[in-house]
Amino acid sequence: MLAKRIIPCLDVQDGRVVKGTRFLNLRDAGDPVERASFYNREGADELVFLDITASVEKRQTIIDVVEKTANAVFIPLTVGGGIDNLDFMQELLQSGADKVSLNTAALQNPELIQAGAQRFGSQCIVVAIDAKRVEVSSSGSDDLKWEVFTHGGRNPAGRDAVEWAVTAEKLGAGEILLTSMDADGTLDGYDTALLAAVAGAVNIPVIASGGAGNLEHLYEALTNGQAHAVLAASILHYGTYSIADIKEYLTAKGIPVRPVNID
Amino acid sequence: MSSLVIIDSECANLSSIFKAAEKVFLEPLISDDPQVIASADAIIFPGVGSFAHAASLISKKKLTTSLHDAIAAGKPFLGICLGMQLLFSKSEESSLSGNNQPDEGLNAIPGEVRRFPEGLPVPHVGWNKVNPVCEHPLFAGLNDGAYFYFTHSYYALPEKKDYILGLTEYGISFTSAVYRGNLYGVQFHPEKSGQAGLQLLSNFGKIIAGNRQIKTEF
Repeated sequence: MLAKRIIPCLDVQDGRVVKGTRFLNLRDAGDPVERASFYNREGADELVFLDITASVEKRQTIIDVVEKTANAVFIPLTVGGGIDNLDFMQELLQSGADKVSLNTAALQNPELIQAGAQRFGSQCIVVAIDAKRVEVSSSGSDDLKWEVFTHGGRNPAGRDAVEWAVTAEKLGAGEILLTSMDADGTLDGYDTALLAAVAGAVNIPVIASGGAGNLEHLYEALTNGQAHAVLAASILHYGTYSIADIKEYLTAKGIPVRPVNID
Repeated sequence: MSSLVIIDSECANLSSIFKAAEKVFLEPLISDDPQVIASADAIIFPGVGSFAHAASLISKKKLTTSLHDAIAAGKPFLGICLGMQLLFSKSEESSLSGNNQPDEGLNAIPGEVRRFPEGLPVPHVGWNKVNPVCEHPLFAGLNDGAYFYFTHSYYALPEKKDYILGLTEYGISFTSAVYRGNLYGVQFHPEKSGQAGLQLLSNFGKIIAGNRQIKTEF
């Protein structure tokens, strides 16, 4: 049976891991290669690096981080942040990344998803969606809506999150990395309604992101939220829980996970 | 100096396979030169992407003969993911994609590559258990049901059960590892499967070393 994945997410800025609240107030959370190796030893199923500097001049920084990480860690590695062309994708994949995560550039130029999937295969292409709840004016309506944002959550894209996920799948995305901007960094739990809405509309795996504060939240995302995998940052980086704690909890609740290696 | 050649199939995971093989002290070489492949002691044949694209690339690079020769000579040969699927006779991927692209593999293992049945989320992405059907050096030191990392939408269906080395459950029970003599294929990615994957690659290294010894003895 396919195991649910636990994926530590490392936001990388200028070669350091950082973590903020609602995309702001960044705090230092360590060296990316050290953190990656640590999570690998702990039993992480996969790793995500999001390069939040992503200015063109600093591209080499993330490539170096990927290269060093891929020499030390032999689990799938996804890299995102400012990826807007096939050559950069290729550079990252050659440095040892297994998947690239596309966000702003894919919204501006959806053909990028298609071109990437054709050249490298759908399994390489993750489409990251940053979504925020839209106030629905009609009173009493429980018809929830989410709008997509670009540029690290700064600009509204004027698109519906569910519709965009469906389009991304059609264009060849292999997975959707879905972040709730309302929940991100709050430790109050994932937006499970958002997760379920997207997971119910696509046939590719959805990775839940934003809001994990306790073990129950992870369980909720994987059950009610129908997510295939959970991304977590704060609760791992600041040592609230270990991967082993998470997997032990989920196993006890009947969720299939890959056991943590004790070697 | 003996050599392990990783076939340059221009796929996205070449460097990962190279790094993982280095990690278990194999000394791999990435090449698409038929002469280099001919002189290799062992082959790793990686692939991701579409079956038709990979099959065309092999014939474009004129590698079909060298790959057949290596297999016929009994050199340890490991196909990974699409590299495993290409060992089979044919795939239904091309016809399902609605084009007239090549659908024939190397036919080194009789059988077909099929799409997962409707209703299952595809691709099958993530960690799943591999249950070896017999004791085999490729799985030495690994628990039954050890987890490996998969990402694929098609699976191989060998003509004979004798070729099956490992099975995995995903809606159906499918063949996740095959063998025929010294020819091996794994549907998962050992290079991305943590400790279990490195153990399998290291086991493949031992098979290479064993094969070399047999050759010297004769």
